[in-house]
Amino acid sequence: MLHYLPIQLSTYAPDIDGVITYIYVVCGAWFVAALGVLLGFVWHSRHRPGVRAKWLPGDDKRGTAIILVPVGAVLFCDFLIEQRATPVWEKVKIDIPGEGFDVKITARQFAWVFTYPGADGALGTADDITANELHVPRQTPIRFSLEAADVLHAFYVPELRLKQDAVPGRAIEGWFDAIGDGTFEIGCAEICGKGHTNMRAVMVVASREEVDAWLAQQ
Amino acid sequence: MSAHHEESFWSKYVFSTDHKVIAKQYMITGLFMALAGGAAAGAIRAQLAAVEPGGTGGLLDPQFYNSVVTLHGTIMVFWVAMPVLVAGFGNLLIPLMVGAEDMAFPRLNMASYWVFFASTVVLLLSMLVPGGGAAGGWTSYPPLSADPAYSGVNWGITLWILAVALEFIAFLMGGVNFITTAINMRAPGMSMWDLPIFVWEELAASVVFMLSVGPLIAGALMLLADHQFGTHFFDPKMGGDPVLFQHLFWFFGHPEVYVILFPAFGIAAEIITSHSRKTLYGYRMVVWSIIATSLLSFIVWAHHQFVAGIDPRLATPFSITTILISVPVAVSMFSFIATLYGGSIRFTSAMLFAIGFFACFLLGGVTGIINGAAAADIYIHDSYYVVAHFHYTLYPLVFMAGSAGIYHWYPKMFGRHLDERLGKVHFWGTMVFFNLVFLPQFNLGMMGHHRRIAVPTEFDFLSTPTALLMQDISSWAMAGLLLVQVPFIYNFFASMARGEKAAANPWRATTLEWACPSPPPHGNFAEPPVCFRGPYVYSPPDRQADFVPQDQPPEGDYQLPQNPIVAPSAAK
Repeated sequence: MLHYLPIQLSTYAPDIDGVITYIYVVCGAWFVAALGVLLGFVWHSRHRPGVRAKWLPGDDKRGTAIILVPVGAVLFCDFLIEQRATPVWEKVKIDIPGEGFDVKITARQFAWVFTYPGADGALGTADDITANELHVPRQTPIRFSLEAADVLHAFYVPELRLKQDAVPGRAIEGWFDAIGDGTFEIGCAEICGKGHTNMRAVMVVASREEVDAWLAQQ
Repeated sequence: MSAHHEESFWSKYVFSTDHKVIAKQYMITGLFMALAGGAAAGAIRAQLAAVEPGGTGGLLDPQFYNSVVTLHGTIMVFWVAMPVLVAGFGNLLIPLMVGAEDMAFPRLNMASYWVFFASTVVLLLSMLVPGGGAAGGWTSYPPLSADPAYSGVNWGITLWILAVALEFIAFLMGGVNFITTAINMRAPGMSMWDLPIFVWEELAASVVFMLSVGPLIAGALMLLADHQFGTHFFDPKMGGDPVLFQHLFWFFGHPEVYVILFPAFGIAAEIITSHSRKTLYGYRMVVWSIIATSLLSFIVWAHHQFVAGIDPRLATPFSITTILISVPVAVSMFSFIATLYGGSIRFTSAMLFAIGFFACFLLGGVTGIINGAAAADIYIHDSYYVVAHFHYTLYPLVFMAGSAGIYHWYPKMFGRHLDERLGKVHFWGTMVFFNLVFLPQFNLGMMGHHRRIAVPTEFDFLSTPTALLMQDISSWAMAGLLLVQVPFIYNFFASMARGEKAAANPWRATTLEWACPSPPPHGNFAEPPVCFRGPYVYSPPDRQADFVPQDQPPEGDYQLPQNPIVAPSAAK
């Protein structure tokens, strides 16, 4: 299953894949063990003539411990998973780099609009550049502000391992840092109406010079 | 026993106050709706198999596809899982298991079914009005669902909301009955600790439903007002907030998962004990785990909203509560697995479905941890991985535990057995095809397949040969899964007339529903039963018999209670 994950384009993609792999291994082991015990018990306890079922109400201390000790192990695994996952969440969604390449992403039925700062380097001024493709420089923190013009949408690039809902009335801040060049697909991951399925755009990662040259043409 | 006089056809079979007739009405309506929900599932899979690379092909218009997806989710949760598991089995079994002659409020019970029936009609009508049916997913998030200008759907959404609201009214009336009956109408001698686990689970489901549904009703009314009367509760342009609806929805929506889970666990508990001749392992632990699960279920809802625009600092607390709920659920699961150890298992259709339910539900449970960890959810959210995960929980809960329950209690409902050979075809076919439908969807989710897109092949990463192969396996298996339900449907209706006649207690089980004839007459018990012991005395060491029913008097001297209203706990 895990080998179907797309390439790791963002700096935090290995962190997210690490969390997924960690949980996959821990929970996979529990699944195999529990299924094995279940099927083993079923086979072992099949009806045989003359063999009477055991009387095991499990209501004494030892009987309770037989359940609560493995449950304690479940709790411990929960703790390990949460300990592994929380820092990654904070890195991706909370600790947004202070400087980088700024872009405003606006979702509308059924298209993406990307707004880049003009020569003044600031968004929200008269010289802003808008386009329907996302061009970003590689190995630079891309700081985006995500807005929706009408209904809920979700900005989603599988290779970045990034998904964030766009909510009308809110500007949601986020970031990513793409490590390699190429052209990637952007999809909408929150049902937004008739055109939800083809709300597709492309993201091009290139050198800063190439991005600037492209912006100059817009 | 009170005299139940002769009744006309209408009062006996249609406007009946008999809990068993109402149970059948709920169950058969639910099974009928399962056909509609299954047809919708077939349409979804057919569309996804028919699209070709480049975004060509496909059978359905995307708007209609959205509508079918919405209908599938709505029907399966509210018009199949709820009426079959909660209302159907609950109505049938709660009065019988506590030894009562009927529900506490029989007429309220009848009203409950007929309001539910009305809701079913309204839901089906919502697909036929101009503009088509609701198409915003079963969660119907605003602003999409709040303004016809966005969704292209007008009356479809209004009727959808109305149908859901009527449905909730029906289940609230049912819930009042379930709680009152289980607490107040127990047979003399039956303490709360003598209740079969199924009754505890239904009690928990009813309480959780009643406590969680209020916010959603408020949310639905606000949505209706936004949609029809021009209010702006969820419209950010006028100071409203769309995320508010998500909180109201999921404050109900996640507890709802446990409302469905509880009765299924209860059904499994009854079946694994009686079909393996084993007492339930750790009865009290299971009861406490039900209570703990109920409480925790109220504080996990925002895990549906990690990436929905909530304050990111809120994610970790909800992630912790979400993952913590694995603890009480594990107590129940481990106790059930331990119950099987050292038993004398007979592989009846009911038992096979119960074991299959555990096996598949285990995978549904462990795969949920990835969604619950907020960091992993950034990638997994709204992907086919989530689709596969919740189908691995809900399908086993509703259709495997549900089928197990039908094979087990059909003799009690209709006085005849279902055909066991057809039952095994149904079981093995379901196991094979269910797994073939949903295992590939985990892989599709890992590839990045996002949800509710009518034409995935618009995207290059979903047009690879592997992705297409996974889609095709899933779709063909879906056809198989629908096909193997045919022997079950035939079995269900044909056995009413032609099935082997059932004894009062064909499984040699201990709980009180087996102390009355199959099927029980109106009023249930010839003599009001008295309860002398806990529910699962199978193969006790001090007796020859391998089961001792709850109502069997202890050997030696005993006195029937003087006042049957006051429970003589000493009689145990």
